[in-house]
Amino acid sequence: MNALSVSHLTCRYGKKTVLTDVSLTVTAGEFLVIIGPNGTGKTSLLKAMAGLITPGAGTVSMFDRPITGYSRRQLARILAIVPQQMPMDFPFTVEETVIMGRSPMMGLASFEGPVDLAAAREAMAFTEVSHLASQRVDQLSGGERQRAVIARAICQQPRIILLDEPTASLDPAHQIRIMDLMEKLRREHGVTVIMVSHDLNLAALYGDRLLLLGNNRVEMTGPPVEVLTYELLERVYGCVLLVDKSPLGGVPRVTPVPSRHIGARPAPLSAGKH
Amino acid sequence: MFIRTQPLLPRLLMLTGSLSVIFAACFLAGLASGSSGFNLAETWNLLRHPTLGDQTAGTILFEIRLPRVTLAAVAGATLALGGLVFQALLRNPLAEPYILGISGGSAIGAILGMLAGFSTFPGVPLAAFGGSMLTLALILIPMTGRAPLGSDSLLLGGVMVNAFCGAVIMLLISLSRGSQVQHILFWLMGDLSRLTPDGLPVLTVVLPCFLVIFLLARPMNLLLLGQEAATSLGVNARGVTLALLLATSFMVSLVVCQCGLIGFVGLVVPHVLRLLVGPDHRLLVPASLLGGGAFLILCDLLARTIPSDGDLPVGIVTALIGAPLFLFLLWRSAR
Repeated sequence: MNALSVSHLTCRYGKKTVLTDVSLTVTAGEFLVIIGPNGTGKTSLLKAMAGLITPGAGTVSMFDRPITGYSRRQLARILAIVPQQMPMDFPFTVEETVIMGRSPMMGLASFEGPVDLAAAREAMAFTEVSHLASQRVDQLSGGERQRAVIARAICQQPRIILLDEPTASLDPAHQIRIMDLMEKLRREHGVTVIMVSHDLNLAALYGDRLLLLGNNRVEMTGPPVEVLTYELLERVYGCVLLVDKSPLGGVPRVTPVPSRHIGARPAPLSAGKH
Repeated sequence: MFIRTQPLLPRLLMLTGSLSVIFAACFLAGLASGSSGFNLAETWNLLRHPTLGDQTAGTILFEIRLPRVTLAAVAGATLALGGLVFQALLRNPLAEPYILGISGGSAIGAILGMLAGFSTFPGVPLAAFGGSMLTLALILIPMTGRAPLGSDSLLLGGVMVNAFCGAVIMLLISLSRGSQVQHILFWLMGDLSRLTPDGLPVLTVVLPCFLVIFLLARPMNLLLLGQEAATSLGVNARGVTLALLLATSFMVSLVVCQCGLIGFVGLVVPHVLRLLVGPDHRLLVPASLLGGGAFLILCDLLARTIPSDGDLPVGIVTALIGAPLFLFLLWRSAR
């Protein structure tokens, strides 16, 4: 069954086209990682999948039904999104943040009942933030905050979860922790995971399939071994990359090559000139 | 009510319960004091048996003080709630109808309505509502572009709109006739004494606005996470925002028509309450209503009793308390 399918999607912000004729299907329970250079429309694709931006052309379907046929609340019960940043001007506690995930199941001006609280506790336990429940989110470390936001998404009990660079600016331990969480979510709850990432190596280690965007189009879709080839990557990213096999299961490993290793040395800095 | 891990409903009941007591105490104190001194026992007796006792005292209580204190309560509640809503919608704790020029826009509309000889109700309030919607549009239109402006530039835009409104108000006053000037000037600085007992029912128009805002309290929490995050959590962000803006602008313009420009209530009250109970609007909406009402009654009490002769415009008292507090909060948030 297709959890999500995108066909001939074109998106514009004003006059600028951010996605051109993008098509893809994501099977239920799949782990898809969207990669590509900055400004190629990865975040826009994610937002279009979540119905947050209206496409100029093309359709997005969820479980074989166009997302325009769902109400916002219905959509929120099936699909959760973990955004790149969370505003911190009005600091809620972790528990208050997580329980907001119950919003699509609640009415106007209503209060959370025992069922909602139980769902929030379960989500917090899942992402291991239970001990931080009464802490304010603006006082957490980057990794803890990311786990709190993921707990909110899990509290929605979605069948699809979209994440926008969830491991950016985290240390390796936290990166692995977040990726492991997603893998566990998929394994234990059958949730479809779609993630935007700049980390090609994490993408190779966790993704069933990768979608490479370049120049606002789909360059290639397929398993990591097919997408992470140096010819393709060098062309799309426009830099020299070394691709070999990771000692972990033989998936591709990508190393960006510093200029000094490819002959063209940077010009020496002359004194007094910036 | 200060322990944030407790379930919400008991916290709400405790909070509204204790604030209701404070509010009632302030209301009674407001009724009991005036130029003839402070007399709680007499006021209490008069309230219980309106027909008995001193006729003059009864007239003062029911004809002068009751409308005034009621107006203070409603205006305080409305302005505090207005501040709360704008802070949530603009995701900026320093936003307020007064600072953003919404009140100024209402005032321009109201003055134009008065000069054109509109009726006190609904003519002038509708003109004020028109003015507030226009200033709102002036502030929000630059935000609808591709890249949403940061809340700082929004605040800056609001300050400019506010300054512009101030200039237009002054222009209108200089162009108007001598007899009206004194009246308009005093009203502008915040005057709670203009309401007659017959005018009291007009104030009930704000109640549906209160209700709408309370019903939207939970979606408002989600709006604090940003429009997109709220949408992805099932909120019709655009609809909620529009309903909140309309309800708020409407009730604020009505209050501006009744008592002029009273600043800082919308800033100080939600801020202090947020420090006490956290950012959940299901607590903050009822708390702002009660707290705002109590705060303005007290400010009015000071305005009436501090000068030995006559009274101060209440806007001066709220500004004298509010402006330093505003600076303090700015300084604290910058740290």
